[in-house]
Amino acid sequence: MNAVATEPLLSVRDLRIVFDGRHGPLTALDGVSFDIAPGEILGVVGESGAGKSLTGTAVIGLLDPPGRIAGGSIHLAGQRIDNLPAEPMRKLRGRRIGAIFQDPLTSLHPLLTVGDQLVETILTHLPVSRSEARERALNLLKEVGIPAAETRIDHYPHQFSGGMRQRVVIALALCAEPALIIADEPTTALDVSIQAQITTLLKRLCREHGTAIMLVTHDMGVIAETADRVAVMYAGRIVEIGPVEEVTRRARHPYTAGLMASIPSVHTRNAILNQIDGSMPRLNAIPPGCAFNPRCGIGTDFCREHRPGLPPSRHAAACHFPLREAPHA
Amino acid sequence: MRDPIQTSPHPEEPRSGVSKDAPAFSVASTTILRDAPDGDPQDEGSRGERATILDVHGASCRFEVSQPWLARVVSRSPRRVLRAVEDISFKVERGTTFSIVGESGCGKSTLARMVVGLQRPTEGSLRFADITRADGTIGPPRVQMIFQDPYASLNPRWRVGDIIAEPIRELKLRKDEGETIARVGDLLEIVGLSRGDALRFPHEFSGGQRQRISIARALATEADFLVCDEPTSALDVSVQAQILNLMVRLQKEFGLTYLFISHNLSVVRHMSDHLAIMYLGRFVESGPAEEVFNHPRHPYTRLLLDTIPDVEKPNRERRPMSGEVPSPIAPPPGCAFHPRCAMAGDICRSERPILREVAETQLACHFG
Repeated sequence: MNAVATEPLLSVRDLRIVFDGRHGPLTALDGVSFDIAPGEILGVVGESGAGKSLTGTAVIGLLDPPGRIAGGSIHLAGQRIDNLPAEPMRKLRGRRIGAIFQDPLTSLHPLLTVGDQLVETILTHLPVSRSEARERALNLLKEVGIPAAETRIDHYPHQFSGGMRQRVVIALALCAEPALIIADEPTTALDVSIQAQITTLLKRLCREHGTAIMLVTHDMGVIAETADRVAVMYAGRIVEIGPVEEVTRRARHPYTAGLMASIPSVHTRNAILNQIDGSMPRLNAIPPGCAFNPRCGIGTDFCREHRPGLPPSRHAAACHFPLREAPHA
Repeated sequence: MRDPIQTSPHPEEPRSGVSKDAPAFSVASTTILRDAPDGDPQDEGSRGERATILDVHGASCRFEVSQPWLARVVSRSPRRVLRAVEDISFKVERGTTFSIVGESGCGKSTLARMVVGLQRPTEGSLRFADITRADGTIGPPRVQMIFQDPYASLNPRWRVGDIIAEPIRELKLRKDEGETIARVGDLLEIVGLSRGDALRFPHEFSGGQRQRISIARALATEADFLVCDEPTSALDVSVQAQILNLMVRLQKEFGLTYLFISHNLSVVRHMSDHLAIMYLGRFVESGPAEEVFNHPRHPYTRLLLDTIPDVEKPNRERRPMSGEVPSPIAPPPGCAFHPRCAMAGDICRSERPILREVAETQLACHFG
């Protein structure tokens, strides 16, 4: 991986995902482009239906019909992976790309001990013996902070609490030392104090193993604390992307700015929260031009006719009238 | 039946038996009093003063989770009692918001269910004061509940108009069908929907709009007191802002009282006048919201405030709280929080701190 450190690990270009429905095709993802560098945590944030999970699903090749990739490309370390046949993709999944999902109980097999599940995964991907695999599984459980791992390795998923289960899922994702982990709402089902444990763990592992993470969540707080860069999605498009401090503090897209202002603060109490009126358009009713223009305070006729592109700068917003001029563009 | 390690702060209080199957609660210890007690100077609240609307005194709720009788006798396993809520007392003032914060399993939803009467307290009392209600009549407040999941709390086969009209028809709050329909239309407009939406079905609405329908249904009974159990947890953040703003506006317009249950401290800070932090069935800290947020005294409150993700401080290095909430069936002895507490001393392991007054707040901690 270090040989291509200057190259992006994951490169998604103009990704377009279409669902063939009864009433014609619905474009769920429209021209999504982003890169993830090795060891980097990219947060992908957006409201439900914005296409953030779909992006992750497409990268790990788990897109189910009627959804299909209708355009664009996905490259992992220089290798194109969006058009791979099923079998090579299956080998790649788990080995090069790991996945962590929201609900740790449904991601684990209820009838196998966590040790068996870890050993099976390790044996599938790595050329090791069964005893070596078990040794590695035990080390992984210790690494993700399972107390008394020697006995817990033979326990079943239901014997673990929600936070501990999510740690097991993280251990599973790390089995084959993948270069990239897709984490889809990894902390949403957990309590705040456990959520903090899991994000801290993810961050530490990412640093120690040099693993890149695509962190998909609706929680801007989790992104702000965990990610290096953040991509904000709206109606199947990336509307803003940039370093997390800049996007959260100096948002350029009116949608991002509105989203940030609508989050209640723990430090002060405001009489009324800033709200974005209306809701995100449905897939069959995405307006022409800028998808956000009907809800935007500064939208003009130009916005209704011309779709803004995402400039290639470090902190970019897909907006004709970005809120601040880029100081370092 | 009685837990041997039970350390009650009120040993003088009679302990009633814990029994799930036979709800033989004694009248003396387990009542939901609907009337103001004699000689209690109850302010009607109509004069604008902050009068107590709900008085919860020493309320406990325990569930028996033992094995069935025969299995228990054969295997000689002891009775097991889940202490969901233990000895909780608080007062809610009319027109204010009282919030209860805690992690899952701390008993906050059980407490909410006790307030709306869906769950009987095993011990203690919940007392609503007589007030002048929204429609001019005098009596205990009308209590309604708003649920977390707007997808599960609306009947998918009913039109929105019927969902909102059901309480009006059931309680015969309007004379005839024409007035009921007019009232439903008014309610839809109050919560920011249109009159025409009465003819549509719930699946035609987004999550935020459905939560507006839930609120309209709660208001349909001329409710004075709303118990909101995580009302925005299932919503996106921009929609959450819309619903919270709506709830604040309705509170001002109709003088509503909210009991607000949430795990989200930012939302609680935005909504609350008073708040209580719950841990393993007990209040560990309670008081005016500003005081608790500005001067958190209990280590659990401080750790909660410290661990919530903060969009204003990106990439802050935080110290996550270790450990997890213990089981309410076998709570640790002494202070229930001591296994996770950095300041815990010997006294914390042996003696449970009682809730005492500190400044304007109540605190259950040996230190601090």
